Amino acid sequence: MSVATNKLRIDVRDWRRILSPTGNPGDAVFRVLMTAITFFVVAIVIGMVLTLGADSMQSIRHFGWGFLTGREWNPVRGNFGALPFIYGTLMSSLIALLISVPFSLGIAIFLVEQAPHYLAKPVGFVVELLAAIPSVVYGVWGIFVLAPFLRVHIEPKLAALLGWTPFFQGQITGIGLLTGGIILAIMVTPIISAVVRDVLSAVPGSQREAALALGATKWEMIRVVLVNGAPGIAGAVILGLGRALGETMAVTMVIGNRPEISLSLFAPSYTIASAIANEFTEATDDLYLSALVELGLILFLVTFVVNGLARILVWNVTRKTGGLSRAA
Amino acid sequence: MITYAGRADRSRRISSALMTSLTALCTLLAVGALFIILAYIAVQGIGSLNLQFLIDSPRPVGEGGGIGNAILGSLVLLGISSAFGLPIGICVGVYLSEVGKGRLASIVRFIVDTLTGIPSIVTGVFVYAILVLPMKHFSAFAGGVALALIMVPIVARTTEEMLKLVPHSLREGALALGAPQWRVTLGVILPAAASGIATGAMLAIARVSGETAPLLFTAFGSRFFPTSLNEPIASLTVQIYNYALSPYDEWHALAWAATLVLMTLILGINIIVRVLTRRKF
Amino acid sequence: MPLPKRSLQLLSLITLVSFAFGFAACNPGGTGSNTGAVSLTGAGATFPNPLYQKWLSEYGKLHPSIRIDYQSIGSGGGIKQIQAQTVDFGASDSPMKDEDLKGAPGEIVHIPTVLGAVVITYNLPALGQPLNFSPDVIADIFLGKITKWNDPRIAADNKGINLPTSEITVVHRSDGSGTSAVFTDYLSKVSAEWKDKVGTGTSPSWPMGIGGKGNEGVTGQVKNTPNTIGYVELAYAVQNKLPVAKVKNASGNFIEPSIDAVTAAAAASAATTPDDLRVSITNAQGAQAYPISSYTYLLIYKEQKDAAKGKALVDYVWWGIHDGENYAKELLYAPLPADIVKRAEVKINSITSGGKPLR
Repeated sequence: MSVATNKLRIDVRDWRRILSPTGNPGDAVFRVLMTAITFFVVAIVIGMVLTLGADSMQSIRHFGWGFLTGREWNPVRGNFGALPFIYGTLMSSLIALLISVPFSLGIAIFLVEQAPHYLAKPVGFVVELLAAIPSVVYGVWGIFVLAPFLRVHIEPKLAALLGWTPFFQGQITGIGLLTGGIILAIMVTPIISAVVRDVLSAVPGSQREAALALGATKWEMIRVVLVNGAPGIAGAVILGLGRALGETMAVTMVIGNRPEISLSLFAPSYTIASAIANEFTEATDDLYLSALVELGLILFLVTFVVNGLARILVWNVTRKTGGLSRAA
Repeated sequence: MITYAGRADRSRRISSALMTSLTALCTLLAVGALFIILAYIAVQGIGSLNLQFLIDSPRPVGEGGGIGNAILGSLVLLGISSAFGLPIGICVGVYLSEVGKGRLASIVRFIVDTLTGIPSIVTGVFVYAILVLPMKHFSAFAGGVALALIMVPIVARTTEEMLKLVPHSLREGALALGAPQWRVTLGVILPAAASGIATGAMLAIARVSGETAPLLFTAFGSRFFPTSLNEPIASLTVQIYNYALSPYDEWHALAWAATLVLMTLILGINIIVRVLTRRKF
Repeated sequence: MPLPKRSLQLLSLITLVSFAFGFAACNPGGTGSNTGAVSLTGAGATFPNPLYQKWLSEYGKLHPSIRIDYQSIGSGGGIKQIQAQTVDFGASDSPMKDEDLKGAPGEIVHIPTVLGAVVITYNLPALGQPLNFSPDVIADIFLGKITKWNDPRIAADNKGINLPTSEITVVHRSDGSGTSAVFTDYLSKVSAEWKDKVGTGTSPSWPMGIGGKGNEGVTGQVKNTPNTIGYVELAYAVQNKLPVAKVKNASGNFIEPSIDAVTAAAAASAATTPDDLRVSITNAQGAQAYPISSYTYLLIYKEQKDAAKGKALVDYVWWGIHDGENYAKELLYAPLPADIVKRAEVKINSITSGGKPLR
């Protein structure tokens, strides 16, 4: 709800209007409280960025922009470059989303539109339970179950089928970018599907009935619902992406931890979060520590950029479909 | 009802049937994946589950021991982080959906979104720098704060999305009846979105209960039952981490058993929250 | 119109819980509020963690009013936390460097507690007996210069064994670790090329191979991937029933990593061990010495601020290097040789509080 207030001219009588458009004191308290708490959180985030910036100053001054394009990570010699980590982080998250988003959508659609009532709730619970498994457990399961399974059954077939592309070449050990991406996908799916489920449930039944009344098949009706819920779905994907970008324990155990850039999905890789987790406690010299903190700062920036792109995408989609959402 | 039996119609029906079976397949695979992982954990850990395990504190290798203090510790940490994280997260969500306007709200939303992408270890190090270093000791309180920081963006974003999905008609109806905005929000919109907000809360709780890295820098870990919030405290995840990364099969089995306990805990909290936010429509 | 009952219930529940925690958090309690009870915290190396947990438990039975907690966060973590004074004692596999000691707010004493071995383990299921490795062969494998298992240089040390033709997959540590520091320290001593190209450190830039997290990660990868070779602490290889290679020491003998061989390495280096007990014993001279051995240390401030805590600490460490050594062998750690124990006693006796020695 928005009450038109003239915000261009602020004088003593108008500040009351700004605080509470309805003039109600309870409203003023409410709005001030909500705003204050929110800005407190924003202040913490800004504080984190400033702390990260301050602690990485030494590394920024030493390496400059070369840090972003540097490909070598050598703590003993003091040469640090972030490119392999940026690549690993982006690629593993991309793989995770490519696998997870269709799956999550499928699960959410099934549970909301198709599953009978007695099935929907328990199955929904079960999927959410995947989110409750600690990441260190995912990691150990990955080493002992997933990686050998991929090495023996899946990766050889992929190499046979698609080995002519640069993505499926090289030595097959079961530990690498693909395994990392798959584990991330499993970890991210419950988050995306749970939120999408709620989004789809909230789409009014009238939308569905209208589509069906016009002769749509079940799937076409579902597409209408999806378009309705598009912004919410985008929010869900961003949440999932956030988890993927920041995930540490599970990924570090199966991704190989090798700061090298290779197009092949079988090759080991290294993410920013894994690097920080692996090396932070052992980094006793200042430049090393500063370089690691700068990596953290870069991850912040990467999240910023990716979120921004996602937002532009959503804006484009909702712009075309007009005011379909929020139908009463 | 008039049906058109043209080719176009048949292909639409076929694709509909195809897609709907695909979604069923996706769900099956997801449930299947969970069962595979659960089965692995259960097979590895069920042997060590017994009453002694649940109430004892940890002991050296070869002497058994239990996770009683870790269970209590995890509950305490969960309590502290929820006490801070849930209300703050919901308030931020309310701001983004109901109070904030235009540009400013977009910027704030952006900033909250980036908080979700921060690796939990960075959050842990940040809380270490602002709480542990000045206090010169590790504490349960610092651990709770670190977990709360991880919870806030998840709760905030889902709250905002769920609040935005509440139909306008509900808002307008309540306002038309003369209720002030805060009454409308607290009394009508929040309850209407309650189950969605509960989902966000559950996701956040599930997320932080599985976190290890931030706790290592803040709550630290302990062999003893907690006596004060100002001291290091044990937690299930740190205990699982210590056991899983050790060389001993016996400790590995304990790690798996502890994982089963952790997941049961989350399931329990999940059920409680769902029951509390049930809507009797 | 009152607020809906359920929202009110939830709100009051949350408020009550927050207040409860708030009051509890303000409780200054903990150390010293009970009669004679002392709480100590320590952090550091993962390698001696199982032994330290045993020590804490046994010592706790003897002195129940002393609560000591130890968390394994890595040797570097131990050094950082003791420098920041957030813990009462640190633990590290490698001794602190001079610059780290200068950066600490007070003088830090190194007390060696036990010894450990870094072993070479591999996954070649067809073999019946342990492989022998010469130091330069190990270095060249990890440098990537020897790539196949049936390389003539490996075969030269292992006459009569049928080596496979497959490629060697190297597994190393991805996280910073004292184990890596010991291993690279050894490689730097035996291979000039390694020293030049890679050097010594907790997080060296490995020329090749895949990285596993923790000793457990490396063990897991070696165990589950054929044709791999890696380095882990002895306990991990033994507990997981992985084969352990014999390494040629400085005297020319192929030595199997055993507890006695590790103690022999320490004893052989005792003469050259400096006063502050910071020493590297890799590639030791003794005939039966295992060449990739190392001490692990406790890091304690020479001047303790709190006399009660300091006394509890020195009593515990004294017990550790005497009675505690009895528990070492069954957990696959090598006890300190007798003359090192004597020298550690001197160090413990030098710890003071307010200028007065605590023992």
